[in-house]
This record gives sequence, structure tokens and C-alpha cells, in this order.
Amino acid sequence: MVVGESKPIEEILSMVADFNKILLTGCKGCVTVCNAGGQKEVGILASALKIARKKEGREIEIDEITLERQCDPEYIDQLEDPIAKNGYDAVVSMACSVGPQYIAKHYEDMLVFPALNTTFIGGSLEHGVWAEFCQACGACGIHNFGALCPIARCAKSLLNGPCGGSAGGKCEISQETDCVWHLIYERMSRLGQLDKMANVVMFKDWTSSRDGGPRKIVREDLKQ
Amino acid sequence: MRLSYPSNVKVINVPCTGRVDILHLLKAIEDGADGVYVAGCLEGDCHYLTGNLKAKKRVAYVKKVLEDIGMEPERVEMYNLSAAQGTRFAEIAREFTERILDLGPSPVGSEAKSGGEAA
Amino acid sequence: MKAGSNLEKVFAAGHLAVTGELGPPRGADTGHIHEKGKYLIGMVDSVNVTDNQTAVVRMASMAVCRLLLDMGIEPNLQMVCRDRNRLAIQADLLGASGLGIKNVLCLSGDHQKFGDHPQAKNVFDIDSMQLIATVKKMRDEGKLINDHECEGVPPYFIGAAVNPFADPFDFRVTRLAKKIEAGVDFIQTQCIYNMEKFRTYMQQAYDQGLTEKCYIMAGITPLKSVGMARYMQKFVPGLEVTEDHIERLKGVDKKKQGDEGIKIAIEQMQEVKEMKGIAGIHVMAIEWEERVEELVTGAGLLPRPQVA
Repeated sequence: MVVGESKPIEEILSMVADFNKILLTGCKGCVTVCNAGGQKEVGILASALKIARKKEGREIEIDEITLERQCDPEYIDQLEDPIAKNGYDAVVSMACSVGPQYIAKHYEDMLVFPALNTTFIGGSLEHGVWAEFCQACGACGIHNFGALCPIARCAKSLLNGPCGGSAGGKCEISQETDCVWHLIYERMSRLGQLDKMANVVMFKDWTSSRDGGPRKIVREDLKQ
Repeated sequence: MRLSYPSNVKVINVPCTGRVDILHLLKAIEDGADGVYVAGCLEGDCHYLTGNLKAKKRVAYVKKVLEDIGMEPERVEMYNLSAAQGTRFAEIAREFTERILDLGPSPVGSEAKSGGEAA
Repeated sequence: MKAGSNLEKVFAAGHLAVTGELGPPRGADTGHIHEKGKYLIGMVDSVNVTDNQTAVVRMASMAVCRLLLDMGIEPNLQMVCRDRNRLAIQADLLGASGLGIKNVLCLSGDHQKFGDHPQAKNVFDIDSMQLIATVKKMRDEGKLINDHECEGVPPYFIGAAVNPFADPFDFRVTRLAKKIEAGVDFIQTQCIYNMEKFRTYMQQAYDQGLTEKCYIMAGITPLKSVGMARYMQKFVPGLEVTEDHIERLKGVDKKKQGDEGIKIAIEQMQEVKEMKGIAGIHVMAIEWEERVEELVTGAGLLPRPQVA
């Protein structure tokens, strides 16, 4: 999933400092799963913002709505009614950054703000802990590395690791970060594939990654 | 055992403090409560195993939110006591009331609001 | 001869080669370079010029290499993959060759997290292994990564670094073999303190015939003080400063710790000289260039051979 986390409340407060009425929109997709921007988090943020503004003696009116997803136009359409009727000063989205961009595209005159920092493509390690697993390079080759991704999980994205900074299974950048190349080594060893690691992995073609420019997928079989 | 505790403390019963949500605490503050505390069972004694520990984390979360928006985190607190400690219950109510009296009224309350408007 | 550099000739003539190291200044003051460089003249066969070492901005390695050439010192251009993509890397390799630089040391580069610009975006378009292959392809096939023919081939003597003390230890010699497969001519090791581990590493390399396929230089860094030793032990990942070194430094008066560090380094150099498969010594006297003469003299490495 796309993992995100709330921006500091101070930052969100300063974004909406000039407004008296906003629409706070959550998303029931990835950010609900990672407890960052679902219905519940929308309620909490709305309350925190209201408390802060009451404290300043300038109350803010906040409507809350949580869409099925914010990365599909059909769900963004559901904001049409509330936006038309309620005269919001701005919309604050708690989806990953796709959400606010979709809202901005659909509602051309509306000010839109992100309440989350979209952090990475990853998964949960345990309740309340998430980690990055994929960098969306667009040409998955993890099967060559014991089904572990060195591009996303090695601090230097090395294809021929581990580098000299690997110590005790940890990466040189932090004791909190596993050296993925150590993990690859252990797994290849377990699988009896260490010989594979003896081959030099040559240059990666980054055209499928972000380096090739913003990406798009067109599926003719689905397109209408 | 008829123990008295400050009348300004409004008790809201929940089956377990594990039921207390972040939003419950925030809403209380938002609606003008000067303080809010959770009285849970002693740690290790939760009938539902970890309800009071969850409540503790949520209280900590709300404290952080209050701090982030420039409010005293002491307005929210977690206490642990057993159902048999009636005296302790009254004591906590007095203790917390005193703390809040020291802090003064919540800036979210109606007085602050009018003050804000005046300014 | 692949590049015909002095370093390559020294190796080829069967001498034990000695290289030094020079860190460029954190500014435009070239006086610094002359100051440090003069201590190295005649003491070593060539000098590594670091490339934004520890991810701290310094004068460009290529420029400093050229300044050393002007001083009569042969440089080894260090090049990291952290700061340039394959376009810049190849352009720099061509440019450095144009300036008369013949030795290049291919490195991934320390992560910028520890440097003076931790906010920087890193590159790592290619890694050190692929950088070796890039230089080799340019030199041996006369082609760029994209198979485009070079107009003029850069003759490089290709170096790389290895860290025998990083984990997993069992993979370290395999990784050395990979660097050889990628095309490396000479290797400089990370600073050695755990001699026992290094001995095991070298034995494995020797047994696998790797010492016949490239020149391996043992990395030696004299410890200046207990403080420096502790710092390196704690904060430089993959660098194993063993307690016996610290104990020895502690055993002398604080003012004498530097001398003791030099003494230890000389003993280490004498020890590695005798190891099977060691083709040279890489002396990294970090900000201590003035003591290099003492080190190489003590280790019996002077005078440096004159090779034609």
C-alpha cells in the first residue's frame, strides 16, 4: 500500500490559518489501512484543528467526509454536492498526494491542501510500524535477489551489495535499518543460490522508473 | 462508604477504559471541558487484558496533540486504580481538580472565546 | 601495460607498491594541497585523491589530481557513484584522462546522511561494481555504457576498494572476485586493525587464485590517539578497531600516543608485507601527511623504485 503519515498539526494549522470553513476529506484506501487518513483520523484532525482555533478565539467550521478512494474520479465526483452547497474556503485532503491532486483537477477554483506526507510504498511490520519495500522502478527484478528489493531497501540502491558499510546485519545509515544485502545473502544461502550472487549485475535501465518521466499505463482492453 | 469528590467532575461510565477513544478525549476538550482524565484499572489487572494500556497510549497521544497546538498537556491524564479503592478515586478527583484549578480555565471555553473576540 | 601509469609499472616490475592519500580542501585554497603533497613526493608511487569523502563537499578530485600531476605526483582519481549519474561519470572519466590522469579508484561512496549536505538527493545510478565495468569497457572496448564508440580511448589502471571487515564476512572474498570479474586491476583495502581477520581473508583470496588476478594493497591508517581509535571503532561502520590497539595506545603517555600509533602502523606494514598475495600497501595517514616518511621508512619501503 501507499503509506503516509499526518503532517504536523502546526503545519496544517498554518495552511488553513486564513479560512473559516473547510472540508476535510479522508480516504478509505491505503491511508485508512495505515491509520493515517481514514474516517477516524479525519475526526481526530478535525477536532484538533477546532480546538486550536477555538483557543485562538477564531472558530473554524470543518465538515468531514471520507471517500471510498480519492484516486478514482468517480469518487471525487461525490464531493460535488458538498462543495457546491457549502461555500468552503478550502479542501484539505487526508489521502496520499494523489487525492489532493485529483480534487484540485476536478474543482478548478478550489484551494486544496494535503494533510499527509505520502511516505512510501510499503507494508506493516507490526501494528503501528511500517516500512518501505518498493520504489516503483517499473521493472521488478526481486526474484534475482531472493525476492527482496535492493533498490528500495538498500540505502544506496546497490545491485551488487553488500557494501563495506554493512555491519552486524545493519546498514551504515542507521542501527534501525536492516542491511537488505545481508538479508539477501542469508536468503540466497538458505535457498542454495549463493552462486547467483557471484555474478556481476550490470547496469539497470531506469527508463521504466521515474527517470523516464511521469509514467502512465494504458490498458486498451479496459479503456472505454 | 460515602466519599465525597468535587462536584465539577462529571463521570462517564465505560465498560473498560479500552473503550475510550482519542476522539472522546478530544471532543471533551473541544466542547470546553477544562480537563479530562481516564480512570482505568491497575496495570496488569485489565479484565480484557490490555484495555487500560490502550487507554494509556491514547491519553499520551492526546497529550501530544494538545502540546502541538499550544495547550497544556496536563489537561489530560490517565490514572490507574482498582474498583476497591474508593478513597483513591475521590483523592484522584480532588488531585486532578486542583491541577486544573491551577491551570485555570481552558482557553477553548466560552470565556476565552469572548476574550478572543474582544481582542 | 593497460595505462602505463607509474603505479602499474611498479606492480608490473614486481615491486611492493605504496600509495598514499590526500584529502582535497573544503575550499578553493590550493596552498593546502601543495603543503600536504610535498610530504608525499618520493614517499609513495601514487596518491589517492578522495572524492567528496564522507560526503563532505571538497575541491573536485579531478582538479586536485591535476594539481598533483603538476607537482610531479601521480594521482589516483577516486570516483564515487553517489554524486553523478552515468552521463557525468563517463564525461568525468574522459575529462580526467584528458588531463593526464591514469589511475582511477571506483567507489560507491559513503551515504550523504553522514556528510555536510544530508539534505542532498543521491544518485547511485550505477554502483561501484558497474563503475569498474564502465571504465573497463571504455578502455578495452573503446565504448561507452550505451555501446557508443569513444573517439579516443581513456587508458585507465582500474582500482577499487574492498572492506574485509564488513559483514557478512563469508561473502567478502566473493565480492572481491566480483570486482575482479568486473575488471579491476588493483585493490586497496579498508584500514586494517583486525590482523587475524585480514589474514583469513587474504588466505581465502589466495586459495581462490584471486591474488593472481589483481594487485591487492593492504590499507594502513596510523591511529593518532585513543580518542581517534574509539571514534573510528564506534562511528565508522565496517571498520574494526580491535581492543589490542586501544590498549597499546592507552599504555603510553597521552603525548606519546601518536608516536605509538606510528609504531603500531609500522609493525602492521611489516606484517602485511610478508603475507601471501599482498602486492602493496596503501597508507592512509589521514591529515597526517607529514608522518608518511616515517611510516614508509620504518617499514623499509624506501627508496621507491624508479620504473621506466
